[in-house]
Amino acid sequence: MSRLTVVDADRCVGCQLCMFACNRRFGEGGLAKSAIRVRSAGGFERGFVVVACRACLDPPCMKVCPVDALEPRKGGGVILKARKCIGCHRCEEACPMHAIFWDNEANKPDICVHCGYCVNYCPHEVLAMKEAEQL
Amino acid sequence: MRLPTRVLMADLNTRRFSVEDRADLFQYYIGGSGVAISLLNEYCPKGADPLGPDNPIIFAVGPLVGLYPLASKTVAMFKSPLTGNLGESHAGGRSAVAIRSAGYGAIVIRGASETPIYVSVDSKGVQFRDASGIWGIASSVTTGRIIRELETGAGTRTIMRIGGAGERLVRYASVITETYRHFGRLGLGAVFGSKKLKAVTVSGDHGFEVSDRKLYRETYDDVYKRAVSSPVMKKYHDIGTASNIMPLNLQKGLPTMNLRATTSPEAERISGEKLAENYLGRRVACAHCPVACIHIAALREPYANEPYFYKTTMIPYDYELIYALGSMLGVFDEKMMLHLIDAVEIWGLDAMSTGVVLAWATEAMERGLIGQGETLGLALKWGDEPAYAKAVEHIVKQPNEFYAALARGVDFASKRYGGEEYAMAFGGNEMPGYHTGPISHVGHLTGSRHSHLDAAGYSIDQAALKDKLLPDAKTAASKLLKEEAWRQVLSSLVVCFFARGIYDKDMVSKTLATAGHKVPPEALESIGMQILREKNRFKEREGFNHKELRIPGRVFETPSPLGKIDEKYLRESVEEFYRLLYA
Ligand code: SF4
Ligand code: SF4
Repeated sequence: MSRLTVVDADRCVGCQLCMFACNRRFGEGGLAKSAIRVRSAGGFERGFVVVACRACLDPPCMKVCPVDALEPRKGGGVILKARKCIGCHRCEEACPMHAIFWDNEANKPDICVHCGYCVNYCPHEVLAMKEAEQL
Repeated sequence: MRLPTRVLMADLNTRRFSVEDRADLFQYYIGGSGVAISLLNEYCPKGADPLGPDNPIIFAVGPLVGLYPLASKTVAMFKSPLTGNLGESHAGGRSAVAIRSAGYGAIVIRGASETPIYVSVDSKGVQFRDASGIWGIASSVTTGRIIRELETGAGTRTIMRIGGAGERLVRYASVITETYRHFGRLGLGAVFGSKKLKAVTVSGDHGFEVSDRKLYRETYDDVYKRAVSSPVMKKYHDIGTASNIMPLNLQKGLPTMNLRATTSPEAERISGEKLAENYLGRRVACAHCPVACIHIAALREPYANEPYFYKTTMIPYDYELIYALGSMLGVFDEKMMLHLIDAVEIWGLDAMSTGVVLAWATEAMERGLIGQGETLGLALKWGDEPAYAKAVEHIVKQPNEFYAALARGVDFASKRYGGEEYAMAFGGNEMPGYHTGPISHVGHLTGSRHSHLDAAGYSIDQAALKDKLLPDAKTAASKLLKEEAWRQVLSSLVVCFFARGIYDKDMVSKTLATAGHKVPPEALESIGMQILREKNRFKEREGFNHKELRIPGRVFETPSPLGKIDEKYLRESVEEFYRLLYA
């Protein structure tokens, strides 16, 4: 199964169209529910960092969830069972990529489901859906 | 939350804030410029000192921000310390999305602080933070770097700040956001400085509902496809606005050496093509903009005193910067020009005003109106970048009366020292880089901000050049008025003017409807006209009179691509513009 991949962050212009796209999955504007984030690498002069879930095969976020609200996704990563989630933030803290974001309005994590919607809106070929490569 | 109608009111005197719902304003005026001018009329008392506590700073966004591509701008309004009337400036970066995501349609900052302060805004309101530790930092870049570490919200926040020029109240100091975007024109930076306000940060994480999810997504795809496939967008992405240097130079419409010339054989060195080939290091976009027109040069240079020790500076360039700090000053050495841009950016000055002021000073020196006594020993000569860089520093620090005069703009300086015929400002605002024909200048005279962005008169000139037919003065006026009125709609949404080809009447109405704001396409033009009238009323209230507009004689001496410009044509067109405006 393919997963969202950052193929070349040096091409990123910081437009955040990917972030808006991810949020639009819910039919909303803004960035509240976005599961991907683009921030500058310490100021716009230094370029951008694209923070995205890398679909771990052995996800650390899943291991720390006290109520088993995160279930393994086929091909890596996790699927959130929102009804079970108690909003404790442990998954967010456990992710070494800082790729779990927080929806403060719903008090639930925003976690990438590797649907690839954002890829269609990146005008600069930074993102792609690809099979995970193993070392 | 559907429409952004909440207005955050922050008072620097009392360090308190409140939030008001102003659906009444947003309902008719949409947002952005329309709402900002209403708030300015409400909160700026007549005759207020632009550098006093009574002058409010207003930031406004609109209902398309955060919903659609290229709705990426924030409108700032204030009373201008440069012209003494309407101050309006637009900037993108992350500012617009941040303000709306924090839950506001507008922010009004009033009063003044006794001690340095910065203001941090989020959905919970305002934190007034002590800025004594960062006051006096001359570099707008360093200021940004420090505040970045102090505040949360990386990736979705804006940090609007001033450099040394704002602190020292240079009347054309800018406010910089996200390092490369500016509220450049008309002196917002000085208004910040006068309030001891070093920076405003905004961050938030609200989402915005739409009226119909499916229709929203479809409309979005329509706008997006138009944006990424439009040739204009490609032009601004590839070479950027700097791609205009060569065509204007060829047509003889590129103001050169204080508009004594309109072309130079050396212009190619500072052209967009050459800069891209040899220096382009990165392209950057405002939030939600696929175009990424912001071009940044990587200038790698050795330190003079130590071998193998290099530094690389990232310096933004675009057409206006190259005109003002390149051709206008005869600086055609591209490295020198990039240096000068860098200095102006760091101090936080408006590049166009700075270039025009220095061009006047160079000519005044050549003609003996001023000497090295005034310039503190600097010999200002065309192309002499090191002297210009030093002069820029003097403008900020104002060590004597002469530089203090330069810091008040070219109108003021030329009134004091002479040389008004070649003091290139319109309505008190230094000229932008177009000498394409008479209509560009009618636009600079009548535009509510006296800027090329008001009605883009240059594009009417260029159409006239192509068709070999200049519209008569009255037709020109009505074309300019129509365009400027329409731009009020765009700047109320708030959409970047580069996207004006995408957001036509129907598209504006359609996108607004999904945002929850119903306006039929045919009603939009009259709203735009109404906003433009309000802006001009504010100007007149503050003493502006179009009959007193000064036109520097140089405009008539130096031929444009459409031939010599006729004063009668300009005056007649200006008169007609105002007649139609209030008709
Ligand atoms: S792949 Fe899907 S869920 Fe993941 S960031 Fe992109 S749009 Fe969001
Ligand atoms: S859409 Fe592409 S270029 Fe734009 S911020 Fe996202 S990854 Fe970067």
